[in-house]
This record gives sequence, C-alpha cells and structure tokens, in this order.
Amino acid sequence: MKKFFLFTAMICFASIAFAQSDKYISAMKANIAQLDSVMVKGNAVELANSFERIGNAEKTQWLPFYYAGYCTVMNAYNEKDVAKKDAIADKAQQFINKADSILGKENSETDVIKSMIATAHMTVDPQNRYMTYGPQITEFLEKSKSLDPSNPRPVLVQAENTFYTPVQFGGGKDAAKSFFDQAKKLDDNFKPETEISPDWGKNAINYFLSQYK
Amino acid sequence: MFKWLFLSYFLISIKANSQVKISGKITDNHNKALAGISISIQNSYDGATSDSSGNYSFLTSEKGAQLLQASATGYKSFEQNININGTPLNINISLREEITELKAVVITAGTFEASDQKRASALSPIDIVTTASANGDITNAIKTLPGTQQVGESEGLFVRGGTANETKIFIDGTLVNKFFYSSEPDLATRGRFNPFLFKGTIFSSGGYSALYGQALSSVLLLESIDLPEKTSADFGISYLAANAGIQKLSKNKKSSWGVTYAYTNLALVYNFIKQKLDYFRVPVLHEGDANFRIKTSATGMLKYFGSFSTTNVGFRNQDVDSLIMKDAFGLKNLYTYHNLSWKEKIGHGWKLNTGVSYSFNHDKISDEFQNASNQKQSMLNDSLYAYKNFNLENRGRYANAKIVFEKRLFNLSAVRFGSEYNYSNEETIYTSYDGTNYPQTVKENIFAGFAETDIYLTNDIAAKFGVRTEHSQLLNKWNVAPRISLAYKFQDNSQFSLAYGIFYENPERKYLPSINQLHFSQATHYIAQYQKISNDRTFRTEIFYKKYKDLFKTGLSSNGTFAAINNDGFGDAKGIEFFWRDKKTIKNVDYWISYSYLDTKRDFLNYPFAIEPSFATKHTASLVVKKFVMKLKTQFNASYSYATGRPYYNINYDYISNKYKIYDQGHTKGYNDLSLSVNYLPSVGKLKAKSFTVFVLSLTNVLGANKIYTYNYSANNQNKVAVTPPSKRFLYLGCFISLGIDRSQDEINNHL
Repeated sequence: MKKFFLFTAMICFASIAFAQSDKYISAMKANIAQLDSVMVKGNAVELANSFERIGNAEKTQWLPFYYAGYCTVMNAYNEKDVAKKDAIADKAQQFINKADSILGKENSETDVIKSMIATAHMTVDPQNRYMTYGPQITEFLEKSKSLDPSNPRPVLVQAENTFYTPVQFGGGKDAAKSFFDQAKKLDDNFKPETEISPDWGKNAINYFLSQYK
Repeated sequence: MFKWLFLSYFLISIKANSQVKISGKITDNHNKALAGISISIQNSYDGATSDSSGNYSFLTSEKGAQLLQASATGYKSFEQNININGTPLNINISLREEITELKAVVITAGTFEASDQKRASALSPIDIVTTASANGDITNAIKTLPGTQQVGESEGLFVRGGTANETKIFIDGTLVNKFFYSSEPDLATRGRFNPFLFKGTIFSSGGYSALYGQALSSVLLLESIDLPEKTSADFGISYLAANAGIQKLSKNKKSSWGVTYAYTNLALVYNFIKQKLDYFRVPVLHEGDANFRIKTSATGMLKYFGSFSTTNVGFRNQDVDSLIMKDAFGLKNLYTYHNLSWKEKIGHGWKLNTGVSYSFNHDKISDEFQNASNQKQSMLNDSLYAYKNFNLENRGRYANAKIVFEKRLFNLSAVRFGSEYNYSNEETIYTSYDGTNYPQTVKENIFAGFAETDIYLTNDIAAKFGVRTEHSQLLNKWNVAPRISLAYKFQDNSQFSLAYGIFYENPERKYLPSINQLHFSQATHYIAQYQKISNDRTFRTEIFYKKYKDLFKTGLSSNGTFAAINNDGFGDAKGIEFFWRDKKTIKNVDYWISYSYLDTKRDFLNYPFAIEPSFATKHTASLVVKKFVMKLKTQFNASYSYATGRPYYNINYDYISNKYKIYDQGHTKGYNDLSLSVNYLPSVGKLKAKSFTVFVLSLTNVLGANKIYTYNYSANNQNKVAVTPPSKRFLYLGCFISLGIDRSQDEINNHL
C-alpha cells in the first residue's frame, strides 16, 4: 500500500513536472507561432513582454529571453521616432545579455541578434555612428557563422543589410541576391535542435527571393 | 486508489479552468496613459501589455497571495501584493518616472557640444572637419558658431568681446599651453592638433564649470579618442604635405599604440598661389606623434599622447615706418607635448579622472631691417630703425596636473571635487641690435581646488553649484569663484537654462614681469538660454551680460619696459545669439545658421579710455551647408561668413600729456568669406574594402573679397598700412588612403 502510495505520488509529481515543462513548451510554441504575423504588423511589444514573462518565471531557459531580444530589436527597427531607437535597442541588449548568461557560452543565434542591435544603433545617426557600429555589425555576423556554419540567419541578416544598403555603397538588390540564395539553401537543410529553437526567417527569405522573379 | 488519482487530475483541471481577470489602467505621474508597459504576476506566465490608452487586462489561474509587477524603461518598477480569491481585480497603476540621462534636462547655458556619444549635441566631430571654411582646423570650425569673432590677423578664439587669451583649451581635462603654432606677425596660425585625435569637443562661450579656470571668457574642451576599432595604416599626400602613420590594436582589443609622421613644405603652394609676403624660408614643418591606450579594466582607460614638431619659416614684409625698407622675420620653433590621462570607476559610485601634461616650447625669432635689395641695414644713427634689428629667444616649460573625484549621489545627482596645478617657466632672451642680451624669466605656480555638485530634482529640473579657488604664486593672491547654473525642461522637450559665474585670470606673459603689485582680472557672466533640439533640428538662443573688472593696464614701467602696470581696466559685453540647424527641410541637405550681436566696450592695456575693442564687431553671421550626393560618392560643403567692420585705432603715447592717445580711428569694411570644399570618396561602400581613399579639394574666399582685418600705423602716425590675408584665396588639394579599416566618414577633409 505504502509502495503504491509512493508510486502514485511519483506519478503525480512527474505529471506536474511534465505539465510544467509541457506548459513551457506550449506557451513558447503559442508565442513563436505569432512571430511572423506580429512582425508583419510591425509591433512586437506585446509578444516581447510575453516572452519576457516566461523567461522571468522559468529562470533557467535562455530561449524566452532570446525571443524577447529578437522581438525587441525588431521593434527598434520599426520605431519611426529616431530619438527612441537607442533605448529600445538597449532593452534588446539586456534580453540578449540574460540569454547569454543563462547559456553560459557563445551562441550563433544570440550573435545574430547582437549584430541586429548594432544595426539599430547605427541607423539612429549613420553618418557619425558608422565608425563605431559598422565593424560590430559584421563582426557578430561572422562570429555567428563560424559558431554554426549551418545557421541560415546570419546569412539572411547579411542579405537584408546588403539589400537595403545603397548601390553606391556596395549594396543593393543585385548584390544581395547571392546571399539570399545562400540563406535559402542553408534554411532548406536547417534542422532546429528542438521544436522551440530558433527557426525564423523562411518567410523573409521567400519574400525577398520573390522580388527577383 | 484510482479515486485518488482521479481526484488529483480533477483538481488539476479545476485549477486550469478557474481563471480570474485582472485589469486596470497604467499612467505616469502626470496622469498620462502609458502604452506598451509589461505587467505580470511574479514567477508566472500570466500578464499583459497596456494598450494605447493605458488599459490592460488578463486572466490568471494563479491563486492566493501573489506579487503584481509592472516595468518599463525609464520608469521605476512597480510592485504590489495582491490576493487572488476568485473575484476580478481592478488595479490602477501609476509609474514614477526614473531620472535618466536619456530624459533628464541637460545644463547647457553657454555650451556647444560636439560628440557622437551624446544625443543632445548640436555638432558632431565630423561636422568640424567637413566645414568648408575650417580647412581641417578645429578653432576655424568653432568660428562658425555664435559668440565668436572672425579675427584673421592673429590666432585663437575671440569670444563675446574677449581676447584670444581669455579662451583656454583643455585636452582630456588638462590645460594645453601653446595650442597654436607660434605666432607670426599679422598672421593667424593654425592649431597644432589634428581634429581626428578627438572624439568630443565642447565649446563654452561662458558660464562654464568650476573644473576650469584662468579663462575670463571661454573654454574649449577636447576629449581624445579611445581604442581604435581596427589596426590600420594611413597615408596622405597633398601639394603641401605628406604623412604616414600606423595604429595597432592588440589581439585582445584591450590596448593599442600608434605613431604618425608628417612633413609639410609650402614651396610648391607658394609657387602656385601668389603670396603677399616675400618668403626667404618657405614654411617647413616636421611633425610626429605617438600614442598608447590601455584598457585598465572594464571601465578604466589609460591614455598617452605625445607629439613633437619643428617649424622653420622666414619672410620679408614692407616696413610700416619707412615704406621702401623691409622687415625680415624669421622663426624656428621646436615644440613637444605629452599628455597622460587615466579615468576609472573606483567602486561605490566613485569615479576618478586624472591627468598630467608637459610641454616644452622653444622659439628662435630674428628680425632684420633690410633695404630693397634685402641687405641688412643697421641704421645706428636712428634708434627707431636700429631697434628693428633684434633676436628673441623664448623657452617655455609647462606642466599641468589635474585630479577629479566624482561620487554619484541619488539618481543622476553627483558631487565632484579635486585640484589642479599649473606650472610655467618662461624664459626670454632679447638681444638688441648692439648685441646686448636682456634675459628675463617668469615663473608661475597656480594651485586650484574646486568642488561642484549636480542636483537633479526631477527629469525636468537640474542645478549645478560649484566653487573654485586659486592661488597664484606670481601675484601672491587667492581668489574664490562661485559658479551656478540651472536648467528647466518644458513638456515639449525644449529647455531653458541660466548660468552665473565669476572667472579670474592672470596677466599674459607678454606683459610680464611687472614691477607693480597686481591681482587677478575678473569677469562675471550672466547667461540665459532657450534651446530646442529634435532629431533633425536645433534651435538655440542665448542672451548674455559679462562684466569685466580689474583688467590689466599696460604702460612704461619705471625701469623702461613695456608691461602690465595696474588693474585699473574694466569693461562689459552684452549681446544676443541665435543658432539654427536643420537636416530636414531640404532633402539630403544639412545646414546651420548662426548669428551674434555683440555690444562691448573696454578699457585695458594701452586704451586711453573705454572703447569698442579692435577685435570685436557688432554683427557676425555664418551659414554652413553640407550635402552628400550618393551617386557621385561626393560630399559638397559650403560656408559663408559675414561680419560688420571692426574698429581700428592708432593708439600712441603722447609725451606732452604723458598719456596714451588715439591719433586715428575708423572701421574696416565688412568681412565676407565664401569657402567651398568637395570630398570625393571613390571606395565608399565597397564591401570588405581593404583600403579607403578620400580626395579633398577646398577653396577659401571663392568670391575674392578684399579682406582687411585692421591697420598698422607707423611710429610717427603718418603712415597707415592695411593688414590683409597672406593670399587672397587658398586652394587645397589632397588625397588620403587608409589601409585596413573603412574610415568613410573619418578621413573626409582631413587636411594636414
């Protein structure tokens, strides 16, 4: 009887524990499912806050903060009031710092966000900030690629950066083409580690490639 | 047992189904709705984000005592204990604004800041080098800002009715002696320091902090760059100079070193551009500098910068007294400068900023009285002409040290204190026509102590209170100088500032030694400023009143030398200034306009009574325009400056009345200058470019306006000669190549 009670208790604990991690996975999945639609709308504040809440409650998971950082840097990109951009990018940096400290090691995915944060800071005043942030943008992308050569996201970000750089500065649509092709190839072969690991970018790659048709 | 199991699952599902609604409104302390604020229950996924009218609402399945949290950048985080017992909760939240650098008012009265770090700056470092009339010289660019005068016959910044000597220049906190190349008669020499050595420039035309002293009118604060982004090698060639340098960044990016060397020879230029002066030694300069920078910790930085330069120049000019004769002026100069600075956060909110600098300056000046065929004339029978043959040797040794402690108090408020020491030892040997030497040494030790505090009451109100005290060994006197400034920010982010302060200064070396007992000259500043800065536009206006007291009067001392004799001088200056910068109205065009009105009179030096000084005019205006044309990879810059004519005087000693007397006076014609420059950057944006090239072409006084700065008079008051620039126009053409690093913006217009 005692044994049986213990067994039940164990089942109960296990099921609570399972329910806990199940709750985490399902909450993350629900949020991740919203990523694309939210980005199209151009306001990911709510989603970022939601990821942050999960991160604060879980404490040992880096992905919620990673996604909060990703959403926030996109908010910085979309912010029209240049005076507010820096503060939003700083917020994204805080999320990525938290993700990094939970991970405890360099990661290809967080480096992509770091590069995007540098871009957000630079766009506030490109003429004066290019010196400081220009090298950082490239440096983080290169680091990201070397940490995981199969990751399509650093290549996608590089492709987008090139796409939006004026032709006179070595960018433009034509210059970006080969990067999008490369990103597409990597993305087709990319297998995310878990079902909630970073896997964004498909829509963007297809959207940009469709412009070459 | 299955019952138990069933029950537990039943309980779990009950828990999941009984959700409670929590809602409310989030506002700031002005009762304004706040959108996008994250609200949550601690350690739970449940929460929401406030909408555009500040409302939030969410369902939670948490039970019992919980902690409700709200947080947002720029606000103090909010926490409230709540008890969830099944009934919906309505909780309105008021967030208190945090006092942050981003939002807080900045005390700006009297100040122009050029920095790429701070958001509230009117100009950036790049602006300084892309100003067409600047020719790559820092102070020339500053002359397009309000408060400055267009003085072309001598170097330095003449600010709000002050002399050039009333403006002091600091690098990384310590005073720079001999910032400009050694003076040449009736010429404005350039600053010795390349603008690319500095990442930040603050120009204060009055009311500045207690950290700075010995300047009656103005300070120019230069902050040197930190570690370079990359290792690079740089080369430059123009038709007057060639330079090469390397900057090496260590692998761990914690330290760097660099050396550069530049050679300047104006022979080619002077063949091409006709000069008013007859050069028997065209200017030749050798200049070198070296630096190292070490990151001593995450927050600490140790920097060394050292430079040397030699100048050799000689020219003949028409003699003002004899018309057919010439004065042949020769100058050989050796200058070295060393600056070591260290800043570090030393924990518990304390910051340390300290630096030492040393400079040595050696001028060998010769003056010869020559006839039309350039032969030396001794004219021993005429003392006026005989004295035109002389040699002058100046040796100056200067040491400066400064230490500043800063302690952060509540929010942004801080207290700062420290001390400064300035040592100078200036030795001159005057050799008269008959070979007699007259050596003189003037030594000075100035000790200063200062303290100031920044108080931020809210994001909208700030005040700075400071006091400085100095002791001069030479004058054997103490002074105490209070400084106060206040700033208030309006709801539309514009701001209003006030500043008041007392400033002291010692007599200039050239009026020393004095045999009389002197004390400090004094100026009191009152400044009111209104400023509105948005991202693309800046508007700033300032009114000021400056009262001078105890200015130095000069005269013949009883031992026959011309020197400061008493502190009986006085004066005042008042005016209004406007500055408008706009990057928005015309697409891809960035322009600024500055206008200064100045009403000033003073009695000092040999002035017989209070008059409008010869270095000040009533109206000064500048327009600076910049446009980058992407298609051409070219930046076009233009600047136009206008100033009404300046007064000029012939002041001479009248031996009958034994007083100085004005023998002649007038106003010069107005000053006009239109300068253009073009920077072509062929390698702009080449991806992964290994080199970067910039071509620079600039032309000053495009319209060929006749500039007359002032007039020189002969000793007998009969002859009057206009002081004009050495050449009507100046053309500059150069090319700069940087290997290893993309310096697109950096190299633009890097003249000399």
